[in-house]
Amino acid sequence: MDFGFLVVQSLSGLASASSLFVIASGLTLVFGVTRIVNFAHGSFYMLGAYMTVTVVPWLLDFDRSPLLFFVGVLVSALVVGALGVVMEVLLLRRLYKVPELFQLLATFGVVLMVQDAVLWIWGPVEIPGPRAPGLRHGVEILGQRFPAYELFLICVGPAVLGLLWLLMHKTRFGILIRAATRDREMVGALGVNQALLFTGTLFLGAFLAGLGGALQIPRVSANSQMDLSIITEAFVVTVIGGMGSVPGAFLAAVLIGQLNAFGVLIFPKITLVLVFLLMAVVLVVKPWGLLGRPEAAAGRAALPEGILATPRFGMWEKVILGVVLAATLAVPLFGDAYTVKVATEVLIFALAAFSLNFLVGNGGIVSFGHAAYFGLGAYAAGLLVTRGGFAMEPALIAAPIAGAAFAALFGFFVVRLTGIYLAMLTLAFAQIAYAVCFQWVEVTGGDNGVVGVWPSGWARSREVFHYLVAACCILGIAALRHVIYAPFGATLRAARDSEQRADAIGVNVRMHRWLAFTLAGAAAGLAGGLYAFSKGSIDPTLLAIPMSIDFLAMLLLGGMQTVMGAVAGAAAFHTIKDFFMPLTDHWRFFLGASIIALVLIFPRGLSGAYGALRRRA
Amino acid sequence: MTLLAVEGLNKRFGGVVAAKDVSFALAAGEMLAIIGPNGAGKSTTFNMVGGQLAPSSGRVMLAGQDITGLPPRQVCKLGVGRTFQVAQTFLSMSVAGNVQMALTAHHGRTRDLVADAASLYRAEALALLAQVGMAEAADRPIGELAYGDVKRVELAIALAAAPKLLLMDEPTAGMAPRERAALMQLTAGIARGQGIGVLFTEHDMDAVFAHADRILVLVRGEVIAEGSPESVRANPEVQRVYLGQSGHKAALRARRAAHG
Amino acid sequence: MAGFTLSRRGALAAGTGMLAGLRPGRAPAQGAPIKVGELNSYARMAAFSVPYRNAIQLAVDRINQAGGVMGGRPLEFVFRDDGSTPGDAVRVAEDLLTREGCAFLAGTFLSNVGLAVSDLANQRKKLFLATEPLTDALTMAQGNRYTWRLRPSTYMQTRMVVEAARGKTAKRWAIVAPNYEYGQSAAANFKRLIGQSIPGAEIVAEQYPALGRVDAGATVGALAQARPDGIFNVLFGADLTAFVREGNTRGLFERRLVLSLLTGEPEYMIPLGDECPDGWIVTGYPWEQVQDARHKAFVDAYRARFNDTPRKGSVLGYVTAEVVASMLNKANSTETEAMVDALADLPTQTIVGNVTMRALDHQGTMGTWVGETELRGRTGTMRNARYADGADFMFPEDEVRAARPRS
Repeated sequence: MDFGFLVVQSLSGLASASSLFVIASGLTLVFGVTRIVNFAHGSFYMLGAYMTVTVVPWLLDFDRSPLLFFVGVLVSALVVGALGVVMEVLLLRRLYKVPELFQLLATFGVVLMVQDAVLWIWGPVEIPGPRAPGLRHGVEILGQRFPAYELFLICVGPAVLGLLWLLMHKTRFGILIRAATRDREMVGALGVNQALLFTGTLFLGAFLAGLGGALQIPRVSANSQMDLSIITEAFVVTVIGGMGSVPGAFLAAVLIGQLNAFGVLIFPKITLVLVFLLMAVVLVVKPWGLLGRPEAAAGRAALPEGILATPRFGMWEKVILGVVLAATLAVPLFGDAYTVKVATEVLIFALAAFSLNFLVGNGGIVSFGHAAYFGLGAYAAGLLVTRGGFAMEPALIAAPIAGAAFAALFGFFVVRLTGIYLAMLTLAFAQIAYAVCFQWVEVTGGDNGVVGVWPSGWARSREVFHYLVAACCILGIAALRHVIYAPFGATLRAARDSEQRADAIGVNVRMHRWLAFTLAGAAAGLAGGLYAFSKGSIDPTLLAIPMSIDFLAMLLLGGMQTVMGAVAGAAAFHTIKDFFMPLTDHWRFFLGASIIALVLIFPRGLSGAYGALRRRA
Repeated sequence: MTLLAVEGLNKRFGGVVAAKDVSFALAAGEMLAIIGPNGAGKSTTFNMVGGQLAPSSGRVMLAGQDITGLPPRQVCKLGVGRTFQVAQTFLSMSVAGNVQMALTAHHGRTRDLVADAASLYRAEALALLAQVGMAEAADRPIGELAYGDVKRVELAIALAAAPKLLLMDEPTAGMAPRERAALMQLTAGIARGQGIGVLFTEHDMDAVFAHADRILVLVRGEVIAEGSPESVRANPEVQRVYLGQSGHKAALRARRAAHG
Repeated sequence: MAGFTLSRRGALAAGTGMLAGLRPGRAPAQGAPIKVGELNSYARMAAFSVPYRNAIQLAVDRINQAGGVMGGRPLEFVFRDDGSTPGDAVRVAEDLLTREGCAFLAGTFLSNVGLAVSDLANQRKKLFLATEPLTDALTMAQGNRYTWRLRPSTYMQTRMVVEAARGKTAKRWAIVAPNYEYGQSAAANFKRLIGQSIPGAEIVAEQYPALGRVDAGATVGALAQARPDGIFNVLFGADLTAFVREGNTRGLFERRLVLSLLTGEPEYMIPLGDECPDGWIVTGYPWEQVQDARHKAFVDAYRARFNDTPRKGSVLGYVTAEVVASMLNKANSTETEAMVDALADLPTQTIVGNVTMRALDHQGTMGTWVGETELRGRTGTMRNARYADGADFMFPEDEVRAARPRS
């Protein structure tokens, strides 16, 4: 490898890093100030790209000058910034008082809506943007040709970093942003107009995302999948750098850019997993990212988010439970074949969502990667049946064991962290598991997966299989529910409420969280095994990020404060999705709108609303 | 007999010496206060005894057993109960639930998947709450209590482990003056009645001079004086570097109060 | 809300058909419709699947105006989004088979979705006519009695471009493919086949960027560093645009032979615009150059009805409907076994000529166009394009026998 090549490859890495940093800096600012995990950041990036391919060609019709090109880029970014304000004022502002995870769910609803809105407005065909006038050519560097525009991009990153530094240190707005990032309560106490600060931050964040998208246009075409492809990477950069740290994001972006540029030379297939491997390593070594600070100690006494009370079933709850159980068991008698199928899936998702709430609601362990254990359970069952020649019964026993084993392995590292960093590490492990299933073609069948995972003969009819699933899931949920009411469940709540206090009364907090992670992994694995047999196949989508998000959405829709909320949430989410999917190609828009509506109407989830109703009655 | 023996504790953070050759001893049933100006190393010393911090060198012996560097949960198991400057309780639980949780941990049943947490050790918890005068609030959510009452419950939580030693970090911080005296009296009563040693730090000199059997004065990480309240009060160096006028007045007030 | 389509209503329109423009002598179809359950990635892969659905509607209307199928019954496609995941697709397929009462299934886009639905069809003993999934597994290792595939597979398309390179002198080859089954399997096929066209050819570099997330600069740099004589490209869509732009600026394609799958399809040519490279050997669809009268009529009808030019997906959609009608007419029944038997070696005269569903591996002989890319005005097209009949590029029979599970 000659020197010129190494330099140019490194410049390619820097150009990618620069683009990534512009996007991630917005995300990290928004998180730092509002503590919102803003999934819609990728949507702003996409909108920035689409705005640019609309505005810039129109401007260039007047004059093909570089000035007009960059005016177009800025205008696009400003428009996106304004959209960020719209989202803050119409949606997020109503949600600052509800648990932070609900804001995440709301931004996820925005993602779904924007995806389809983009398809409506700009159509499904990707739109290539114009190249930047004056920067179309290649520049000769050490005997290699390098795009002039990428040289320009390399300068943009440090420029944005510098401007942000000036903003943060020389303006009142910036100083407030820094103060809020360090200690959110303090800003409230200082009598700052918090709403205005948040609106301003969302504007800045969305503007940076839009700018990132706009600047990509001379390199890539605007397409309707660019939101999800960027958002995970942007999150990874933010986490590696330390959430809330702009210089950290810069450092992380440069690191990822270089690793990518040289990584593909050595492992051409590493593209899928590289950034997540890096994130996992960084978080294991530096639990708050490269330049992040520990989250402000919980000196304040605030009610935790999650299960607060563990009441016994009252008369009404018993009636409802009886009706639901009866309906579940009666579905095969009265429903048609398809209703049975949907009911079976609802049961499976209910178990998966319940196991997630066992972690999130009961343990305060927010997992963004719960699908990993669901999927690994499915793979264990599926591979045993198809490759190992086993029957369904042993495979269904292996599924929870596999879920538990991997949860124990990953959980060992996960429970060393807390809060958002813990959540991101679960995501990293899930992505690593996903990449292994995706790429280990000989064993897992790659992304095609493995087909032929069908139940044993006796359970093959939809009805019998439904009863099998019902038995497994109801028993699983009942068992987990029992654990929530048992000393182990109480200990997890105790550790969630005050880790310091739990430690001081002699509780090994990490060990208990690790056991909880393992137990939840087992339940998710069982659900995954059942799912594999209900579908007849396994494939990597079972442990992909969208599946994890679906579980979170179910849990949040149902309400994470109550023991049984997740079950209601699974039923509601799956029913809504199943209702809109056959109606229209744009079902994602309506799913997103439904999620936002439910979050706004029932900010504590369906079960939270039920609880309020009961108290009033 | 000596319950707690601290021998030559040192703690350095980078180049800063937070504790320098700190040694003291504490007998069962005795109340020992650590005082000193801000940054004197009180919390550092305290946390090294409680296990929250590992010392750079030195030893901490509890009833003849070396507990140096053990994590808090093991220190707890060996008979050390603790309260925090800002009360740490389980906010989602009831008052009794908090104490039951501590009892569950003390009896090593936190991994029990079967029993009913709501009824486990309830009678014992009510008895402990009665000791601190909080039995009537047993079923209220702890988040609803006044701060002084939360501190009492925290004391009950600490007592759940049947400790030989109580560590209390600023036990009266954030409380009204009348509540302070009541809590300190309650603590002293329990400690002396049950032979529990109490190590506490405190800003409130009234509380210190009224209830401590002995006082340890730390300045810049070093012990500059140790002894009975009277001897510490009389120590000219303590007066010069630390107590100053206000401390002196407090000492006078305390003496008047003691002699009624 | 131009793109907003209620698919049930769309199905109804297709099913009842327009009554105008009847051919004399034949009554429009009557009676209960024969329903085909069509599931596809309409939400996520709309650029391909919507023109596909349009063409099916066009074809179905014509078929019904001309008297329908099975002696006068109307044909109806029920279109559904497959959610782009196997889990959703299997549920939708169940819905189509049970609640909608469809006689059989057709469609799917992604390979993993196609395989999952194929296995469901095998399990439920229902016919599945896979139209778009390209994976070889569908008709080879994972093949089953009830699954048939229309579109030329990864193997066939790779073989088409590789054979078009016969006689070229490029010995050192670099491969760039998206990191998933389609890309990996195209690369594997290429490695296997290139030596037959160019003796002594060797692979000197391979790059597998993540689908939809190509880091074009790093990828182009890595490929150029290997100094290949030729490049085999499997990237498509947004990845392709980014790759081509970066490659053009850095001179990656200069004096190099490039073989590229699918790039000549309007789906990918249109977004490339004036960045369209010159002289790549590609598979594609130069719709304006097809001279066959039936095909021209299809192009005209499509443009008239949808005010848009046809895509490769449109051709596939139209042929799908034609093959379905032909099968139903031959089987004269909606019994699964009868339909499966009817498909075996069934020849159909379609707008691309004869398409036979080979009984040996359940693969249709539908072909595609092979030619060289060329920029004309502001959009790319193909020159020297010729229709490569799939029949000439099928898997060798002994390989099929070795790979397909015995039923």
